[in-house]
Amino acid sequence: MAPETEGPGTEGPGTTDPRTEGPGTGRRDVLRSVVARWDVLLLVVLAAVSVAAGVLVDGFASGRNSQFLLLDVVAVALIALPLTLVVITGEIDLSVAGTLGLCSAVMGHLWVAGLPLEVVVVLTVLLGAVLGAVNAVFVTGFGLPSLAVTIGTLAAYRGLAFVVLGDQAVADFPAGWTGAASSTVAGGVVPWAVVVTLLLAVVFGVVLHATPFGRSLYAMGDNAEAATFAGLRVARAKSWLFVVSGAVSGLAGVYWTLRFASARADNAAGLELAVVAAVLLGGVSIFGGRGTLLGVLAGVLLLGVVRNALQLADVAADTLDVVTGGLLIASVVVPNAVGLGRARWRRRRRRTA
Amino acid sequence: MADVPRDDGTRFAHRLWVARESGIVVALALLLLVTVLHNPAFASPQSLRDLLLGAAILVVLAVGQTVVVVSRNIDLSVGAVLGLSAFATGTLLSSAPGTPTALVALVGLGLGALCGVVNGVLVAAARVPALVITLGTLHVFRGVDHRWAGGRQVNAADMPRDFLRLGTSTVLGVPVLAIVAVVVVVVVGYCLRSYRGGRELYAIGSEPAAARLAGIPVGRRVFTAFVVCGALAGLAGVLYAARFGTVDATAGTGIELQVVAAAVVGGVAIFGGSGSVYGAALGALLLTTIGSSLAVLRIDPFWQQAVVGALILAAIGIDRLLALRAADRLRGRSSHGA
Repeated sequence: MAPETEGPGTEGPGTTDPRTEGPGTGRRDVLRSVVARWDVLLLVVLAAVSVAAGVLVDGFASGRNSQFLLLDVVAVALIALPLTLVVITGEIDLSVAGTLGLCSAVMGHLWVAGLPLEVVVVLTVLLGAVLGAVNAVFVTGFGLPSLAVTIGTLAAYRGLAFVVLGDQAVADFPAGWTGAASSTVAGGVVPWAVVVTLLLAVVFGVVLHATPFGRSLYAMGDNAEAATFAGLRVARAKSWLFVVSGAVSGLAGVYWTLRFASARADNAAGLELAVVAAVLLGGVSIFGGRGTLLGVLAGVLLLGVVRNALQLADVAADTLDVVTGGLLIASVVVPNAVGLGRARWRRRRRRTA
Repeated sequence: MADVPRDDGTRFAHRLWVARESGIVVALALLLLVTVLHNPAFASPQSLRDLLLGAAILVVLAVGQTVVVVSRNIDLSVGAVLGLSAFATGTLLSSAPGTPTALVALVGLGLGALCGVVNGVLVAAARVPALVITLGTLHVFRGVDHRWAGGRQVNAADMPRDFLRLGTSTVLGVPVLAIVAVVVVVVVGYCLRSYRGGRELYAIGSEPAAARLAGIPVGRRVFTAFVVCGALAGLAGVLYAARFGTVDATAGTGIELQVVAAAVVGGVAIFGGSGSVYGAALGALLLTTIGSSLAVLRIDPFWQQAVVGALILAAIGIDRLLALRAADRLRGRSSHGA
């Protein structure tokens, strides 16, 4: 919100801050690209923090811990994938956690009703897609602001989840399925769920960064009107993104339910803020038009690693909140300050020259 | 609608304003009517008092949120500010029971304003979107609150009787908390509609670039809006402590979306420039009434949130419809319509 006309993003390519510069500007040596690209910078920070945590925090580097860490970030990482694309087009989807909750509740309900779990899972993901389609109709069909719409559907979906399941929990899922949600592959360190997430990340990455459709999303985020005049089908593209966002949230609901072996209406309550925080930390501009999937994955992992390391180091849970919030604020304030400072410096140099 | 004077912009705007608030009043009246028909006890003074008491805190928060939202910003940190201020109030009163209530309220207000200053500085000076900043400060303030409170909670038994009576006492049958809320609504509503600074917030919300060109000190106005919103969230924290008596670090968790919902239902456009605190207050009242009505109508309370969600969607849908019709009329095509 609050678009500022003098924001660093409008000052021309030479003076922008590191996080707003898109990928593939080319002809840069490695060092410069590390300093100048937000997603690469974030990866470096992630590596540094991980190494530091491995050295300083007992038990952080163990296989078991990394497994838990990865399992913990899967739900956020999954939802962050489509959300990245949504935010790049200049929209937002706050209903993701509500969708996850409703899908989890319906999954429990259908399982209790006696459907085979294979069918239940498929139906749950389909339900997610339908819930996303509802968002799409309101946003692109009626032309309503997505922030307001998805605050509404966030409440509506969460409410329906309680209507479906009440305050009960369905826990009697077959052990084979619940075990699969945290089972590992390749020497027992990498969980299956992470492999699936990575595969999806590759798919989303290719779509966003290597297809005309993906590149057109940036254009829509920059200026939807211009994109329309250029012949892009903005409404259709955004509609699909909301549908996919819903479907992936449904998938995350399946994962959440199986991982904790519990279908509950209040599953993942409040997760929408965590996902949005991760996406924004990952360098996606809230106004749309800028950001990379690599940056978002680094952002998700960075938040996960910091929380995990602090937890292991017996830092109280309340400090985690402060750190998460501080990281988010720093991730938007620092680059802006750097960008503004650099612009001012250039202006002064030009004047004296 | 043929009698709308097309050349008189302000009267037209007034009509639209009336249309927006009257929609909520009608919805509220219908809801009350249906509920009272179902159970006449719902109209008893006691149950109406409970209703007002329940709405007071949400109303104060929604008024503050409106001031920020009309300037095309948002403050997601209000729930955390409420929590912080409520715990501060409880701690102050349990350690110094003799503190006059007015001073306690001032401390809560000041603490909230301080949080608002943090938000305002970050948003206005660093030129960073409010959604991101207040999402961050939401975590930070809540973390500070948790850190301060730890697992402790202030119990009603630790608080002076006088202060707690504030939460339940009435003047001429009206709860004191509701009176505080009404005073907040009237004062802020008056300032926003009639003072230059208030009007300028609308200008900023409609078109920040134009407002800047027109010489409006955008940064300073937005900063003030955040301080006001924070101060009111702080006041809401004091009211919370007075009403519930028992306060721990989780007070007000998740209320931010409810507050935004109340404003949106009350016709405050999420992208700034229009809406009033009266509408937002009515929106908060409507959301609270739904909760109590569902219970009286013996509808599964689990439906409440779903209804609230549907209401938000309906409200922004109707708002959009009104805006489209207004635009149509301004283009002079009203003769084609009804």
